[in-house]
Amino acid sequence: MINAIKVEQLTKKFGNINAVDNISFEVKKGEFFGFLGPNGAGKTTTIRILTGIINATSGKVSIMNHDIGRHKLEAKKLMGVIPEVSNAYMDLSGWINMMFQGELYGLHRKELYALSKELLIDFDLYSRKDQKVKFYSKGMKQRLIICMALLNRPEILFLDEPTSGLDVSSTFMIREKIRNINSGGTTIFLTTHNMEEASQMCERIVIINKGRIAAVNSPENLKLTVKKLQSIIVAFDRDMDKKSVYSLPGVKDVEKVGDKMRIFTEIPGELVFHLVDFARENDLKILTLNTLTPSLEDVFLKLTKEGNG
Amino acid sequence: MFLEQLKRAWVVCKKDIRIYFFKAPVLIFGILFPIFLFLAFGIGRDLSVGDLLPGMIAIALFFTSAAIVPLIAPWETRTKTLERLVSSPILISTIILGDILASFLFGIIITVIPVIVGIISGISIKSLYIFIPGVLLASFCFSSLGSLMSTPPSDTPANTNMISTVIKFPLVFISGIFIPLGDIPVWGRVFSYISPLTYFTDLVRFSIDKKNYFPVGIDFLALFIFSLIFYILAVKLHQRNIPRRI
Repeated sequence: MINAIKVEQLTKKFGNINAVDNISFEVKKGEFFGFLGPNGAGKTTTIRILTGIINATSGKVSIMNHDIGRHKLEAKKLMGVIPEVSNAYMDLSGWINMMFQGELYGLHRKELYALSKELLIDFDLYSRKDQKVKFYSKGMKQRLIICMALLNRPEILFLDEPTSGLDVSSTFMIREKIRNINSGGTTIFLTTHNMEEASQMCERIVIINKGRIAAVNSPENLKLTVKKLQSIIVAFDRDMDKKSVYSLPGVKDVEKVGDKMRIFTEIPGELVFHLVDFARENDLKILTLNTLTPSLEDVFLKLTKEGNG
Repeated sequence: MFLEQLKRAWVVCKKDIRIYFFKAPVLIFGILFPIFLFLAFGIGRDLSVGDLLPGMIAIALFFTSAAIVPLIAPWETRTKTLERLVSSPILISTIILGDILASFLFGIIITVIPVIVGIISGISIKSLYIFIPGVLLASFCFSSLGSLMSTPPSDTPANTNMISTVIKFPLVFISGIFIPLGDIPVWGRVFSYISPLTYFTDLVRFSIDKKNYFPVGIDFLALFIFSLIFYILAVKLHQRNIPRRI
């Protein structure tokens, strides 16, 4: 299977600062790929290089086997770009924006009309197509730029924080549409700050920090790599001093969380048995017992803190 | 490839016409400003319409064709639409050409007004075969100059307008618009050679009453060379500065 995106030893310098520092990764065709990182980590710079907006200082990027440095136009024809901030023309109507975008990609008029109508209906914008975009709500503007990005039937869709600042129903609708687009075979490259969104939607994730890759893996595997963040939440019928459970085998740390205790361990399965024995020996009743795997947010924080440390 | 990019330039041009033709700064700096400038220097000097018309036409074309294009780049930087254009499969030179085309058309359309004023006043343009290609070439030249003025990576149209005004005004005074070139002192004439407006004004004077200073061929050649230099410089500088704008 060919890679939709192949990044090799990519570096981008602004003066003496390495905004992107020798990163390499691949995105498979049809994959839903997440690109995460804190502010200033190099996400936007990377996405701008991948979409041919700026040039890299060194390294190579291939988009469906087209070298973006040498065959920029061919590569751009295969992609759709959805930036964080809606960049449709506010003084033009939704329909004229669609026409403009389609003509930029060389679509024939008949095809452009049919596809624009289909997309605007699908994204619930057709009834407002003749209104200037400046009168659209934020969610409508975001839906419009997704429609515009889909006009050339892209093989790869780049999304930069597509649901940032949107209300719940717009967020839900957009996520659903993106999933459907991916089911249709389009490769998705998503940058987001929303860990829940990345965890739910992405097959693989890159975490970038200070221009370097901190981790690449599936969301579940990333969670498992941070073993010491696994924990058990337990509540007894009597208040217990947290020191009393420290002596149990496998306990790394204990936190009081309201009337419960959160016990960090690398062996949650074994520790459950020790906790049951502990309760029996101390004549305690267990009211709650849950094992918690770390969230992607925990992993993200840990990896980015380690990078800063 | 070339034809494809030319079509894309037309797409950009149509978008510019829809958005920028009626923006307030365009109307102020492209139409009202040159009218008042012309009135300020033309009225009360005991000159006939025939004497004033070449200057009127030259100012109209110069100001209008150089009015839109300096605004587009900062405007689109601010509204983030420049990023959309740059991520599309078009060359930066195509985007610049599209912007210049919109300005070129605007200049030509507005230039028709003083021509009509002349006709109503009984002054006809005798050498249309010189006048029309002259207007086309000069409009492209002034629009390219406008594009060149918008290359500093600013997202504030007022900054570009300031640069544009600083460049445009001196050119008006050294280009034989208010005083025919032959009547300007020698030192002033030397300055006038570096202004593309000089050669267009001279072409217009030839077209109306054959009172030209340079041979017509020199006027065309100078405008062609200025156009080429302005366009190439504008493309090169935009190519360098657009990544800084985004």
